[in-house]
Amino acid sequence: MFDFLDHYDLLGAFWTTVQLTVLSAIGSLIWGTVLAAMRVGPVPVMRGFGAAYVNIVRNTPLTVIILFTSLGLNQTLGISLGATNFDIINFRLAILGLTAYTAAFVCEALRAGINTVPVGQAEAARALGLSFPQVLSLVVLPQAFRSVVGPLTNVLIALTKNTTVAAAIGVAEAALLMKKMIENEAQLLLISAVIAFGFVCLTLPTGLILGWVGKKVAVKR
Amino acid sequence: MSSVLYDAQGPRAKRRNVLYTVGFLLAAAAVLWWVITGLNDKDQLTWDKWKPFLGGTEAWSTYIWPGLQNTLKAAALSMLIALPLGAVLGIARLSEHAWVRVPAAIVVEFFRAIPVLVLMIFGLALFAQYTNVSSDDRPLYAVVTGLVLYNASVLAEIVRAGILSLPKGQGEAALAIGLRKNQVMRFILLPQAVTAMLPAIVSQLVVIVKDTALGGAVLTFPEMLASVSPMSSYYGANTIASFTIVAVIYIAINFALTSFAGWLEKRLRRGKKSTGAVLPPAAVAGTASTGASV
Repeated sequence: MFDFLDHYDLLGAFWTTVQLTVLSAIGSLIWGTVLAAMRVGPVPVMRGFGAAYVNIVRNTPLTVIILFTSLGLNQTLGISLGATNFDIINFRLAILGLTAYTAAFVCEALRAGINTVPVGQAEAARALGLSFPQVLSLVVLPQAFRSVVGPLTNVLIALTKNTTVAAAIGVAEAALLMKKMIENEAQLLLISAVIAFGFVCLTLPTGLILGWVGKKVAVKR
Repeated sequence: MSSVLYDAQGPRAKRRNVLYTVGFLLAAAAVLWWVITGLNDKDQLTWDKWKPFLGGTEAWSTYIWPGLQNTLKAAALSMLIALPLGAVLGIARLSEHAWVRVPAAIVVEFFRAIPVLVLMIFGLALFAQYTNVSSDDRPLYAVVTGLVLYNASVLAEIVRAGILSLPKGQGEAALAIGLRKNQVMRFILLPQAVTAMLPAIVSQLVVIVKDTALGGAVLTFPEMLASVSPMSSYYGANTIASFTIVAVIYIAINFALTSFAGWLEKRLRRGKKSTGAVLPPAAVAGTASTGASV
């Protein structure tokens, strides 16, 4: 019954999905934190930029962003991100698009987390004479991160599912493989069940493990 | 200065801020310069490339408007079908009977764990192999199927969270005056929950509108994003211009919906008639394992 799977690199496709997820997650965590710092900072221009970025990116379909990285950045402007191989270029472009998109949601989650840190914490830090970068990086953000593990987990799970959009620019991940298998094989329900099972295997444990971590690290107040 | 994160600024901090502002603007200007020269080198900024959109109506009536109609049609259909389905699933998850509650929970968690695109691809093949829907209609059917399955599950969680957010006394008082369980749900809990859920439902509409674009990119559904490539080949490789115009339309629609959701939430919070329970757009995110509205 599962014979046809031998012809396809199922594990390889899901490995690409995992790679896309992990690399974009790291990228968007960094970029999202920078954006959140800009949005709560004292410089009005940076606050404005942060707000504009989040509002624009959040309201743009991810598909538009990913397709734009390929058709716009790569094919029109000739940006290849240091790769020559077509597959590697598209893989990197997909990570770029996913990072740019997901960072907006990371930023919003973090900002909500910063708001949960009691006012007294920041006030005490300022009373000690800490500067804004110090207040943020030593006192507020460490506590904010601990309280947003839950929301960030949701963003991570959504990111895992969003990596399928990379199929639109031909990155050989799970959804593209599914499309190819359905075109060539007759077992529609079986193929779909296998792919669905793969995604459930990726998303459910992430939710459970990070949910547990979130409870562990949450600041008890 | 309203923020507690930094002090009211004295002369030195103000000077430093000016420095940061100038530095940031210079960096932004450098990036902008790089983008503009890049675009200019590839002839993407010439009036020829933008004329179809800014200098006439043909591009709008031939490509964008039909695409936009399909986008809105798919989004509206999905929402209209997903809403009742989501309500049923959400209420089923609150049932006292395990044989109703457990299957509903499994369905909801399953479809929330799977990418919409996978559901759409499945839908397309399903309609092709098991029904006689014409091949022109299949993409629309597939897109709507995928969106309905996914969003009904998300809406189910919104409905559940909305009902659970009501004060316990509402249901208890209703039972105490002798209403049946389904009367309590229909006359007391649901009407109040619907108002509490409205902001979350409206922002789910944003997710639906955004996801219709998937149909255009992967399933050959002729919606707005799919109009980019015929447009740019017809008007002479104006990819950047076409993308910009389409993206601006998406952003305008979604920004309007997001703002409306925010306004609704504020208004409902202020309202005296409601019980004061409001489900903010992001409230569902915390209830279970899967990311909503991302």
